[in-house]
Order: sequence, then structure tokens, then C-alpha cells
Amino acid sequence: MTRKIFFVLNGISVHVETDPARRALDVLREDMGLTGTKEGCGRGECGGCSILVDGEVKLSCIMTAAQLEGKDIVTIEGVCGEGDLHPVQRSFIERGAVQCGFCTPGMVISSVAFLNANPSPAREEIREALSGNLCRCTGYQKIVDAVEDAAKKMHGGGRDG
Amino acid sequence: MGEVFLPGSLREVFDLLSGEPEALLYAGGTDLFVRSSLEEGGGKPLVCLERVEGLKGISDHGDEIRIGGCTTHSELIRSRLVREHFPLLMHAARRIGAPAVRNMGTIGGNICTASPAGDTLPPLYIFDAFVELCSAGRARRVPISEFITGPGQTALERGEVLSAICLKKDHGCTFFHFEKVGQRKAMAISVASFAFAAGINGDGMIRKARCAFGSVAPTVFTSSNIDRCFIDKPMDEDTLRQAALLVRSEVSPISDVRASEGYRRSVAGNLVMRLEDLVRDTG
Repeated sequence: MTRKIFFVLNGISVHVETDPARRALDVLREDMGLTGTKEGCGRGECGGCSILVDGEVKLSCIMTAAQLEGKDIVTIEGVCGEGDLHPVQRSFIERGAVQCGFCTPGMVISSVAFLNANPSPAREEIREALSGNLCRCTGYQKIVDAVEDAAKKMHGGGRDG
Repeated sequence: MGEVFLPGSLREVFDLLSGEPEALLYAGGTDLFVRSSLEEGGGKPLVCLERVEGLKGISDHGDEIRIGGCTTHSELIRSRLVREHFPLLMHAARRIGAPAVRNMGTIGGNICTASPAGDTLPPLYIFDAFVELCSAGRARRVPISEFITGPGQTALERGEVLSAICLKKDHGCTFFHFEKVGQRKAMAISVASFAFAAGINGDGMIRKARCAFGSVAPTVFTSSNIDRCFIDKPMDEDTLRQAALLVRSEVSPISDVRASEGYRRSVAGNLVMRLEDLVRDTG
């Protein structure tokens, strides 16, 4: 049983013909070839599969393909401008926030959504915003440093505390 | 794998359910797809409620607030009406999962999952919430304590949808507290949770108190004995010590992968004792 599902993926209108009960994660990785979105736990607990759905962070491993219909989807491949890294990505590199890199796409996606809504966050707010994203290397300090730095780059924001 | 329907109205939902009586309803999927993975869904058709207009939004109806069943936890936290009239519900919603889970999970889903650990449930018991249940032919209202009949069990009938939660504004409480103990701060299922609301007179005496506990009984635990032991007393160590003793004797927890029966019993009492710090801190 397949059907055509139409959505916007990283700014481009696309459609895919697939079983609507497949996971959105698998459609993005296997059908669309966007393997930046990771499968960690596969049960909505680790944040590795985070994507933006109409600007909100959601977990693509517990979403059906059907739920992509009509939505504006952004994956890690789509957060940057043309040929340029997103400020959050630059800060992750500059601050050494990437170790094995597996959690990085989810961390960046969560950070981008968070900084769009909270341009000038306190450190504790950043920790809260990323509390659903697990880093198996436990590199949390540098990740929070990077988001703080990105806030300054994007909005001149970020405050101590 | 099976079909997934995305109805836009309750009328469409009822039509689908009459044609596909075995269909599974879901909203955020944060419980359903964790319990049974999408690959092994059993081929039953799924009806996703996330786009049903009649199930969304929080509205003011004079003496009560109506919360659509598919309102997400993030929407509850952002709502001015919830913050103003039911801050306890906002505090509880903030302790659910993490941002992505709160953007997906809904209050109606939390109720229909009927887990003893559901974090929005203790506040709803405290405020004597009603759930509104709609089917093709009728609508009915049921108190939440009657709707949830056991762990994972509800009075939802075939063909019915939980359309809204209704909360009366005149609860008479001005002091609110919610605390949950889990294995970590985020993304944790409650080992024990405690919601508290009280009306306190100018002289510091408690006029009215309501307590509700999660994860320490087959459903949310409330007790008129415990609520009564606060009345006409100040919120001091003596009062709380008596309440905590009663709590530890009345709750009926189980041991599971997250905690032992004894630990839960002990923590349920400790959560009550924590009110003392709160009263001291807030002066």
C-alpha cells in the first residue's frame, strides 16, 4: 500500500511515493538520501533523529511518513544558507562541540529552533532546550558553550548564568 | 504496513471509525510508537488526530477553560489562560520529556494512555477536570477520576474520541506546587510525582488543600483523609510530617524497573515534606 506524499524539504517542494506507515526518519534517510538525520534509540528518547516540522523540533523516528504531508521539513542538510554554514554549525566547530559527531545533527537542529525562539538565552535555558538530545561522548559543556557562542553570533545575545 | 489517515475534522474521524472499527487513534505518537514500533504495528489502520481542527486550542468559556484534546504540552506551557488559571498544569507540563516530546505529545493522549505516571494527570485530578467524549451520535462529559479506570485503561468506548478537557476556574486555590522524581531531570518517566494546591488565609492557615500523586498507585492517587489533615493548620513542619505519615501509609505502589515499592512509598512522603522548603523560600 503506497501513496504520494507531498511536502517541502529544505525549501524545495518534493513528493515521495511510499507506505504511509513507514517512519518519517526512514523516508528522509532512504528515499530522499538525507542521511544527516540519525537513528539512535529509535524510540523517541535520544534526539538523534530531530528534524524541524513547520519550525518546531520533532522526532522523526516516532512520526509516520503520512505526517510529512503538507509540512515544511528542515533537516540538518537544510539549516545552512547557500554554501555557508549556519552560525550554530560554525560555533560547534570553533568550540570543539563535536566528538564522534553522531548527536551533532540533532543537537544543531534543537539549537537552531531554540535560538530562533530565544535569541538571548541563559546557560541553564540552553541545557533545558537540549535536554532531549543525548551525547554519547558526554561532551555537553562544549555543546552548551557552542550554543551560547552561536547566540552571540546570531543576535549579539547570550548572557551569563 | 497499514494505512495512516490524517482527518481534518471530527466528522471525518467518525466516518473513518465507522468504516475501520479496528483503527488505532493517536495524536503525538510519543506513547504509541514507543510501546509498539511502527514496523511491527500489526497492520492496523492508524488515524492521526494532529490535524483535526475541533481538537485544537484553549478557550475561555466564562467559568471554565476548555482545552482541546490535541493541545500539545508546548501549547499548554505557552498558554496565557493556563498560566493565569491553572499554573499547576503548566508546571507539570514543563516536566514532561524534553522540547521535542512536548511539541508532539498532547494532553488528550496523556489522559487516554492512562499511565499512573502521566504527568498532566495529578493536576487534572486536583482541579476535578471533566473529559468531553464525542462520537458520531453523542457527546458526554465524565470526571477524569471515573474516565481512567486502571493502568492503561479508560472508559473510552469504541467510536469515541476524547475531544476536550474542561476545567472550572473557581478552584479557590492560590498556592501550587508540582514536583516529580525520575531517574534524570529530562526524558524520564516519573518514579513518583506530587501535585499540590491550597487556599491559604491571610493568617497563614490552610483553608483548602488538594494533593494528588502519580506512580504510587494503579491510577493517580488522591485521598480526602490526606487533604483534610491540612485544614486550619499552618504549612509548617508538624502539619507536613503528619501528612507525610498518612501518605506513606495510604499509597499502594509497585516495584518495577524504575524503583522499588518501598522507595516510592518513602519518596511520596518526602515530596510532601519538600513543601516546607518551598514555603520558607517564598516567604
